[in-house]
Amino acid sequence: MRRIRHIRRGITGIAAAFALVAAASLGGAGAASAGKQDAGNVVFLSNQLAQVSEIDQVRNTLLKGFPGNVDYVTPPVGQGQVWFNRIQAEAQAGKGTVSLLGGLHGDYLTVQQYLSDISGVAKQLSKAGIPADLMKLGKLGTNKQLYIPWMQATYIMVANKQALKYLPKGANINALTYAQLLQWAKNMKNKTGQARFGLPVGTNGLINRFLQGYLVPSFSKGVVTTFRSQGAINGWKYMKSLWPYTHPQSLTYNFMQDPLLSGEVWVAWDHVARLTAALKARGNDFVAFPAPRGPMGRGYMPVLAGLAIPKTAPNPSGAKQLIRWMNSVPVQARTLGSVGFFPVVGSRLSKRLGVGLLSMNTAVKNTQRAKDALKSLLPIGLGAEGGNFNKVYVDTFTRIVVKGEDPKSVVDNEAPILQAIMDKTGAKCWAPDPPSSGPCHVK
Amino acid sequence: MTTIAQDVTLGRRLRRWEVLPYGLILPTVAYLALFFAWPMAQAFKLAFQDGGAWTIEPFRMMMNDANFGDAFRFTMLLVVVIVPLQFVLALAMALLINSKLHGRGLFLAIFIMPLAISDLAAGLVWQSILTERGYLNTLLEHVGFIDQPYIWLNPTKPNQLLFAVVVAEIWRSTAFVMVIFLAGLQGIPHEYGEAAEVFGAGFFQRVRRVILPMLKPSLQVALLFRIIFAFEAFAVVLAITGRAKTTLATEAWKWQAEYFNSHVAAAYSALILVLSLVSAGLVVWLLRTPKEQMLR
Repeated sequence: MRRIRHIRRGITGIAAAFALVAAASLGGAGAASAGKQDAGNVVFLSNQLAQVSEIDQVRNTLLKGFPGNVDYVTPPVGQGQVWFNRIQAEAQAGKGTVSLLGGLHGDYLTVQQYLSDISGVAKQLSKAGIPADLMKLGKLGTNKQLYIPWMQATYIMVANKQALKYLPKGANINALTYAQLLQWAKNMKNKTGQARFGLPVGTNGLINRFLQGYLVPSFSKGVVTTFRSQGAINGWKYMKSLWPYTHPQSLTYNFMQDPLLSGEVWVAWDHVARLTAALKARGNDFVAFPAPRGPMGRGYMPVLAGLAIPKTAPNPSGAKQLIRWMNSVPVQARTLGSVGFFPVVGSRLSKRLGVGLLSMNTAVKNTQRAKDALKSLLPIGLGAEGGNFNKVYVDTFTRIVVKGEDPKSVVDNEAPILQAIMDKTGAKCWAPDPPSSGPCHVK
Repeated sequence: MTTIAQDVTLGRRLRRWEVLPYGLILPTVAYLALFFAWPMAQAFKLAFQDGGAWTIEPFRMMMNDANFGDAFRFTMLLVVVIVPLQFVLALAMALLINSKLHGRGLFLAIFIMPLAISDLAAGLVWQSILTERGYLNTLLEHVGFIDQPYIWLNPTKPNQLLFAVVVAEIWRSTAFVMVIFLAGLQGIPHEYGEAAEVFGAGFFQRVRRVILPMLKPSLQVALLFRIIFAFEAFAVVLAITGRAKTTLATEAWKWQAEYFNSHVAAAYSALILVLSLVSAGLVVWLLRTPKEQMLR
């Protein structure tokens, strides 16, 4: 009886929150086929959606109605290595508790030998409209499907509509350049008396991703190899010139949606999931748009998360059922609405999502489709050294931009530290750096 | 004479309960050894070892790190600014509560309240007060003091950040010093003060000549605790200043939790420990009470 009520509640929920209009009849099919039988106990270990508020949304919104008992676990905040350690430990023990994994494309590259072949699930989902290039990424270069694309994200900019009147003449918000952004920030400060451009530089902010995926690539067409290049130095000089027009409290901002909502900041850059609250609450006051382009292109960092089943999974059939559930159209729509990650399934978004989220969706699409887009991947193969890698970029930023040290001497000084991390991990270059055979080298 | 000395055997000592005190402190000593001394020794070992070999590399990395100088300076600054301010305030608060004023119980309750709040929460509370669209600016705008929000947490004005952290720390932990002072004050017999009053000493004279000298043991204890805690300042600074200011404890945490280098984290901890020990030694030595001045 309770299960029936569950399913019924799930169906009502789908009907009410039906935000994706599926191409043809697919919409219900995924959820319905996932909802037929009891999936049993599934331990779902994910290093994405690991913030407290996100965990709450997964448990109470995304998994609501799933016919099975899902134990959703995440590594403690700031301790991403726990995810890898647990997968490795269970594989080595030959006996596992985790049935389903959630992680990023780059994460799976390092644990790929522990993943089971789920080509069968890929076949079942063939009509869901997951783009072929995304599906292919899930093969990790093999001929087996090792993970199924789950959700995607990127980093975009959001502006309060009050700020639009300060846009420099001739600037198109959807094809902004870094020079225009600087002029915009200057105009806002000069006309309103207060710096209104903001960046998430707080201790939990994602400024490291701005530097690695946006600033440095846009100015130098690389991230590691070009660390000491003139292009990168120009990027740092640009950042230095932008800083006086950046809100001074940026050093305390972690999620830009908060200062956007309070009105402290009018123009901000952040991860889509960290902007959702602003766009959901006051969609009519804000507009979302792609990050600017630099001399070398419009650097941007796509984030692709996938679902995989470890070879030691105690309940693989339940896990497969959960994959179909997470990739069903209604749940994908709920994912965008609740945690701000974008669907991988191909469908049109309904206007019911609200003007804010639709604006965000357009910004993400414009970013991906921009002709000058320069794709920068999340670091691959750094493992536990990821924190030290971030430290190099954030320290470089702090020294040059906040403390005013000379850009050339700072990059020369930080480059050996960066090289040592590459040598220690043996990490090969990733896009936009050209592929390397051995560890990536700072030129 | 000698026979008596020879007669004090272990058995007799046991019968005379002479070893009882040692027995009684044994659990505490064991607890301290297991949960403090041993981890401390481990941390030191971690700081001086890398891959099994003895080295000072973690210390070299710590000193060469871009943030070390800032962390060291800001931690010292906090100790130097916060501790004296807190002492004056705590003494005033303790004297107020120890007086015969009406409503002193209410004061005690108000003073003690911040003690119940964790330091991170206290930092967040002050962050929300001082942020641009925070309570302070809203209040000032309503009253008409300012017509545009003033940015209190402005890293380009480092003194303002220091001020914000100092205010939050003082609000949060002055009550702790006060409690120690209050206990000390209540241990001073009234006769001394009354005698001084008979001889014509005013309030400030009594504080300086009678209360402060007799409060010396409490001062010592409070100073020890406060200095040690000030060296460990962490959550309040993190919550209020974000990445703008850093302390030794913040860096230790980052090296452990973000950069996964336990050796450098241990080096930071060892430095904090040495600084605490040296200043504790100084306090004990400077505020020593000669035997003839002791109350008993």
